[in-house]
Amino acid sequence: MELFGDYFKQLYDTSGWNFVIFYDQVEWQRFVEAIWTTIKLIIACLIFSLIVGFVGAWAQGAQSKIVRNVIAGYIQFFRNTPPFVQILFFYFVLGNLTPSYDAGGYQEAYIGSFGWAVISLGFFAGAFNTEIFRSGIEAVPESTVEAASALGYTRLQSYIHVVFPLAFRVCLPALNNNLVNLLKTTTLAYGIAVPEMMYTANQIWSDNVNVPEMMIVLFFFYVGLVAILVYGMSRWERSMKIPGYG
Amino acid sequence: MASPSQSGNGSGTNWTPDQPMVSIKDVHKSFGDLEVLKGVSLDVMKGECICIIGPSGSGKSTLIRCVNALNDIQQGSILVEGLEVNDPNLDKLELRKKVGMVFQQYNLFPHKTAIENIMMAPITVLKQDKDEVAEHANSLIKKVRLEGKENSYPGELSGGQQQRVAIARSLAMSPDVMLFDEVTAALDPETVKEVLNTIQELAEEGMTCILVTHEMGFAREVANHIYFTDFGLIVEHGAPATFFDDAKDPRTKEFLSQIL
Repeated sequence: MELFGDYFKQLYDTSGWNFVIFYDQVEWQRFVEAIWTTIKLIIACLIFSLIVGFVGAWAQGAQSKIVRNVIAGYIQFFRNTPPFVQILFFYFVLGNLTPSYDAGGYQEAYIGSFGWAVISLGFFAGAFNTEIFRSGIEAVPESTVEAASALGYTRLQSYIHVVFPLAFRVCLPALNNNLVNLLKTTTLAYGIAVPEMMYTANQIWSDNVNVPEMMIVLFFFYVGLVAILVYGMSRWERSMKIPGYG
Repeated sequence: MASPSQSGNGSGTNWTPDQPMVSIKDVHKSFGDLEVLKGVSLDVMKGECICIIGPSGSGKSTLIRCVNALNDIQQGSILVEGLEVNDPNLDKLELRKKVGMVFQQYNLFPHKTAIENIMMAPITVLKQDKDEVAEHANSLIKKVRLEGKENSYPGELSGGQQQRVAIARSLAMSPDVMLFDEVTAALDPETVKEVLNTIQELAEEGMTCILVTHEMGFAREVANHIYFTDFGLIVEHGAPATFFDDAKDPRTKEFLSQIL
């Protein structure tokens, strides 16, 4: 670590490339915290968006026309507006309307910027996940669903045990794409001051005037994260492969 | 809770075994403008095995799909052990506990192994104890002669093996009536026999069976009664011997002359 830091210190002294995070203890600390915040943000958004998609795709097939219309409206709203506008709207408009508590002299909202980022990005990606899952559900043969209902399954039981597990496998490639997009879109949380990587990099380059260096770090950081996600997803896809099917 | 080997009764209806187990009366069914069933009536007593035969499009599959409410009917009545199927407030679970169904295309759950396919419904739907279900499932695997294939996925099994898993899956729910909808129509000629043998054993054990089939030899050997449908009506019916050797209706005669 010593050697590593010395190298970048020397690089700065000789060439002017200032990768300050690799030799300055304070900036390194900021960087590491940003990594954790980013990873937590990504995991929370992924999980929330998958839950939204799972429930949304189920509700899309509901008997009630009202429920189906609500889902259709939700998808239209989140698909047809920019995610950055959504984040700002959630944080500044809905954030003002939600309850807060007295945190010693000032009002602190129960849902902070991190929470609003997860909610808005989760709903944003969840709208796409809903449509992706629907495409998978439509690929499940009607006869398979019929077999489940002939065995006494309710619509929900058949969705959980038969339809969704099959649909999920069909739509994994499309889901991969959307989750990769979601991962990258978490940088928009920068707009409401969530201390994730984009926000922190901005702070670091403001303090150290090393914009190009931090941009390079950003690129490598996100390339690495996406690679990990894609690797994980393809491992998952392989582990779910059904012998003799498809 | 009933053990898996007992059949599901206690429906609260006042059905007794001397009444028909399945009683179909004047059933009408249309898909849009197309009237598929034009007033069909038939009764099946407990332990009987009946075969419905007839040309394609004559409504035979539609008829048995109506018996377990996969299709609804517009007019008439279907009683299964006294339970009215043509009732908007029908408890479908109650009906489907009584009626098992096997399909032409097997329709197994491809993401589950053979034994899991058999065990799923009793655990999920009937909330039975997992160990008891496993025991029952293993005995069913033996019954349909698929020992050693428990952990194979449907995609790894032949058509005949898949169909026997489908039969076992249906039996796992301990139904009182079994419906077979052209269950051998998608099979190779060599594997038809293994599936028919399984059904024959079931019928001989006293399971009430309603079959839609094109296997005339099988119908003759196993059925107690044959129904011939054409254009949404039962044209002729009778015991196998009379039906096959002494058909009265010209349409039946023509059909039999083409098929036998």
